Amino acid sequence: MTAPSAPVIDAEGVGKEFVLRRRTRGLRRAATRVPAVSEVSFTVRPGETVGYLGPNGAGKSTTLKMLVGILTPTAGRLRVAGLEPARQRTELAYRIGVVFGQRTTLWWDLPLRDSFALLRRMYRVPAAEHRARLEELVELLELAPFLATPVRQLSLGQRMRGDLTAALLHDPSLLVLDEPTIGLDVVSKAAVRDFLRRMNAERGTTILLTTHDLGDVERLCRRVMVIDHGRVAFDGDLAGLRALAPVPRTLVVDLAAPAPPIDVPGARVIRTDGPRQWLELAGNPAAVIARVSHDHEIADLTLREPDIEDVVTRLYRERPDPSAPAIAGDVRHNVE
Amino acid sequence: MAEAGAYLRLAAAWFRSAAQYPLSLALLTLSQVGAAMSSVLAIVFVFGHARVLSGFDLGDVLFLYALSGLAFGLADFAFGSVEQLGTHIRTGTLDTMLVRPVSVLVQIAVDRFSPRRLGKVVPAAITLCYALPRLDTDWTPARIAMVPATVLCGAAICTAIWILGASLQFYVTEAREAANSVTYGGSALTEYPLSIYGQDVMRVVTFVVPLAFVNWQPALFILDRPDPLGLPEWVRFAAPAVAVALLACAALVWRTGMRRYASTGS
Ligand SMILES: Nc1ncnc2c1ncn2[C@@H]1O[C@H](COP(=O)(O)OP(=O)(O)OP(=O)(O)O)[C@@H](O)[C@H]1O
Ligand SMILES: [Mg+2]
Repeated sequence: MTAPSAPVIDAEGVGKEFVLRRRTRGLRRAATRVPAVSEVSFTVRPGETVGYLGPNGAGKSTTLKMLVGILTPTAGRLRVAGLEPARQRTELAYRIGVVFGQRTTLWWDLPLRDSFALLRRMYRVPAAEHRARLEELVELLELAPFLATPVRQLSLGQRMRGDLTAALLHDPSLLVLDEPTIGLDVVSKAAVRDFLRRMNAERGTTILLTTHDLGDVERLCRRVMVIDHGRVAFDGDLAGLRALAPVPRTLVVDLAAPAPPIDVPGARVIRTDGPRQWLELAGNPAAVIARVSHDHEIADLTLREPDIEDVVTRLYRERPDPSAPAIAGDVRHNVE
Repeated sequence: MAEAGAYLRLAAAWFRSAAQYPLSLALLTLSQVGAAMSSVLAIVFVFGHARVLSGFDLGDVLFLYALSGLAFGLADFAFGSVEQLGTHIRTGTLDTMLVRPVSVLVQIAVDRFSPRRLGKVVPAAITLCYALPRLDTDWTPARIAMVPATVLCGAAICTAIWILGASLQFYVTEAREAANSVTYGGSALTEYPLSIYGQDVMRVVTFVVPLAFVNWQPALFILDRPDPLGLPEWVRFAAPAVAVALLACAALVWRTGMRRYASTGS
């Protein structure tokens, strides 16, 4: 075991370059290099919950695959739970739980119960311990009605809860999740988030997850890392990310009747649609709301926080050259 | 040996899962037995027309069939599903296997393990019991010991060929058909005395794809027949060495394939 203060994940200049060989005309072959991840450095300490963010193709899944031992890095030094993932993959497997939101880790045509039984034998969990853990997880995730159902007949949300159970049956200290809430409805998302929070709070499970969902980050992650073009562009908390790339909040106003664009200080109309108008806020929302409701007859008002995607997009736009480490160098700071 | 333990534990779990539907399990097993029996019937049918086939009578040929059927059947029983490697790569289940604490080869081999895979072994075992007392040979202790040794080495050779064929799918995902022509084709080929195919085929299955050591060469010793290729006497006892060499080769190619996957992710 590693000492309590030792990092669970320790990445130092980790990179992954894919070499794609395409057959061009005849027998000639062209090799294209795809730098999926370049020089990613970070540490994650026990008990942290870290959101690993970035646009499509940024290298999130590739990083996660290196962390769990599926892919060998082409550069750098990587330690997870004190082990070298690609080389000590079977030892590492006992200590980590992995969930791929895009596809199940369960057996498609087996009932959930049988999948769990197979996993018990793979991880050599004693029967009594397995039963107790399974009972606990099934209750937390409300899986009892589906234990006899083959995975292929489960809804996406039910399947995801099955996958979470499967990933935690051997009591791993690190949970790695690649888009665990993708495609889930609001209720299922909330269930997954609450569950992960609870695992983190009660068992001290360290969590690293990728997501495109702001809700996941806000509810779960005290720390976020943003990668872009395979590099760490930001590492800090959500407030820090917002401060770094401020995106104005939006006030959505539903007027009683269609009207010309609202003109109030501290706000700018960016879009209108019949009686609905979108105001980009520059100053204090309370003052703007007071002013708008004084001037107009209002049916409804909503204040929209910027999406994490907006913030992240803004961050990329301000850093057009992916090879320039400027922003990363200035803002990268580890949490404690 | 940890691998063997993992295999047995997982096989037991898969078996329990399949045994929940005993009727379907029984029907599937029977259909496999039936399919394998048809090969035996084909041999008997051939001997309805010719009493001797290239110097081998019905008993001899059934003996050759039984040795081949047992070797291929046992290899298929334990490792046949490695031919699904390409599917596991395409659908991403290989990634899932890589995050579990059991060797990928064991996980693929034991995948969907079911006693119905024994379907090919049962008719071969029955045929062996039928053919043995009908063989016209001098049963010295060496000849007697050669029978189980041949089954064991034959199964090892077939397993190695199966794994080698599957490893091709690390490089060409559509390689399964080509590999099947060697595994299933080889199984069909060795059901008859190799001498009926002529010298060229015999050379290929001796020196290139060493199927001749699955049953043919050891059977020449057990039945005390001359080698049509005129190879030296010791070749008849080379099956264990061939098995070991081929297994080592298979392990090497498999590992190379796994390393390639870890660096390309596809
Ligand atoms: N096996 C592979 N072979 C070649 N290139 C790959 C492979 N896997 C990923 N890539 C490339 O590496 C880059 C990073 O991909 P990755 O899947 O890590 O992105 P991601 O951040 O997870 O994106 P998304 O948000 O869409 O899931 C992409 O350009 C992708 O095309
Ligand atoms: Mg991804």
